[in-house]
Amino acid sequence: MSGAAALGLPVRAASRRRFRRPSAMPGFRLTFGFAVAYLSLIVLIPLAVLLLRASALGPSGLWDLVTDSRNLAALKTSFGLSLAAAAIDAVFGLLIAWVLTRYTFPGRRLIDALVDLPFALPTAVAGICLATLYSGNGWLGAPLEALGLKVAYTPLGILVALVFVGLPFCVRTVQPLIAEIDRSSEEAAAILGASRARALATVILPPLIPAVLTGFALAFARAVGEYGSVIFVAGNLPYVSEIAPLLIVIKLEEFNYTGATAIAAVMLLMSFGALLAINLIQDFSRRRFGHV
Amino acid sequence: MSSPAMSSPSLPAAPHAALTEPKGVRVLLIATAIGFLALFLLLPLAVVFAEALSKGLGNYLATFAEPDAQAAIRLTLLVALISVPLNVVFGIAASWAIAKFDFRGRNLLITLIDLPFSVSPVVAGLIYVLIFGSQGVLGPFLQRHGIEIIFAVPGIVLATVFVTFPFVARELIPLMQDQGTTDEEAALTLGASPWRVFLTVTLPNIKWALLYGVLLCNARAMGEFGAVSVVSGRIRGLTNTMPLHVEILYNEYNYVAAFGIASLLALLALVTLAGKTFLEWRHADALAGRGAH
Repeated sequence: MSGAAALGLPVRAASRRRFRRPSAMPGFRLTFGFAVAYLSLIVLIPLAVLLLRASALGPSGLWDLVTDSRNLAALKTSFGLSLAAAAIDAVFGLLIAWVLTRYTFPGRRLIDALVDLPFALPTAVAGICLATLYSGNGWLGAPLEALGLKVAYTPLGILVALVFVGLPFCVRTVQPLIAEIDRSSEEAAAILGASRARALATVILPPLIPAVLTGFALAFARAVGEYGSVIFVAGNLPYVSEIAPLLIVIKLEEFNYTGATAIAAVMLLMSFGALLAINLIQDFSRRRFGHV
Repeated sequence: MSSPAMSSPSLPAAPHAALTEPKGVRVLLIATAIGFLALFLLLPLAVVFAEALSKGLGNYLATFAEPDAQAAIRLTLLVALISVPLNVVFGIAASWAIAKFDFRGRNLLITLIDLPFSVSPVVAGLIYVLIFGSQGVLGPFLQRHGIEIIFAVPGIVLATVFVTFPFVARELIPLMQDQGTTDEEAALTLGASPWRVFLTVTLPNIKWALLYGVLLCNARAMGEFGAVSVVSGRIRGLTNTMPLHVEILYNEYNYVAAFGIASLLALLALVTLAGKTFLEWRHADALAGRGAH
């Protein structure tokens, strides 16, 4: 990778203590400087300002704001439903990835492309579509309500929206691994007399678990922060179907910057936690299975 | 159902019966997968066009003649036209520094570049309000000098740049790491200037991945809702982007117009998916590190 190594020049031990290995390539200062400056201005400094403002409240001040009953209810709704949605996505994501990789059927490529729709479709569009679809006179809402199940404007509506936005993460993290499975271990299991179900459970699925968990964590992180697709279908009743990001918007509209900052800081810390979890899973997976 | 002999190119050969599931199970799993995707992805997409055209083609087309709708379309194009090139320049610079050189903290830098993907869009908007808003760090200074950022176009651009920040860089970094530096070093040895090396050696090597990143970046830039809604103030005709205009029309029960604008955004999503699929199919070897976003 490094120029010196590629040219076969000896890399001196002293270079370990340097900031950068010597290289014949030009442009490091310019590109590195620009990238770091741009990253700092757009991302790091603004995020640091948010965390500074939150820490200025002090631990007890922050705790009081976060445990205010309406804030707590919103955070519980967001985290609980995001966990549930990510779990549904993890199960169906694995199933869909398996079907798309292992089986052949007409329309497979089209369906494969369709999986990324939630990445490409603007969230507000997804939101008004889901609200219309599941409302009392919608295509799905009408038959479901005849069965006594209200989806739109209830927590169930939020769940549907979160399942929608998280699904591609769970399919796309598992799919490349299924494609790369070494078929010889499956063959060995079959030759040694394992039933197909046993081979699946003991040989094929265990190495996929880290990828499933990574997909779960990514879908969860996305779902916790999701706003556009949820607010139209949620009903947004305080204590019932109000999500944390919406509460931030409400506080901002009331010019309650402190309240908004406190909720945002909690959400930010949670998504950093999810990010850390993803990195730990991938580290474990790299050591245990030799792949991500 | 096709016969096992007609397996896809990704399968080396028709799997032996002991190496795949019984046919009944296969059919059941395929039906479950298609059913789930149809229910959660296809039906919502169908609703856009059904609702937009529910009062006839004339009413649908009239949506786009509205001055407010046209202003929203123009603003969305303007914001994408500023923020996508900014992130392209950043993406190329960052991946050049990361992929062509070995320095301490390289992995940390990669993680930090991905950070905006794990920040809620609403929080992305909020951080700029905390800096540039009337109660923000720079608020009083900006007010004295009559500079408007929040509730104006610069704020919308900033929020959009934040949420689309990693798209180009994350497509280029793994690819350029795979490609290494030998091609560039050869060109340098032959006497090419650094700028010429980039234009004639590096750029042709990364063009498809760059296009791929631009496609995804642009789709998100034009469709972003949460971050933009926090900083825009939703002033009709001035700071209303297309997704925000969809919200206003929907909340006014003007469903034909709301879904009309939404149908344009849905078309953009479909074009993006088609372009993305084409690149993955036609230029798979020129894209690296294919993974989830």
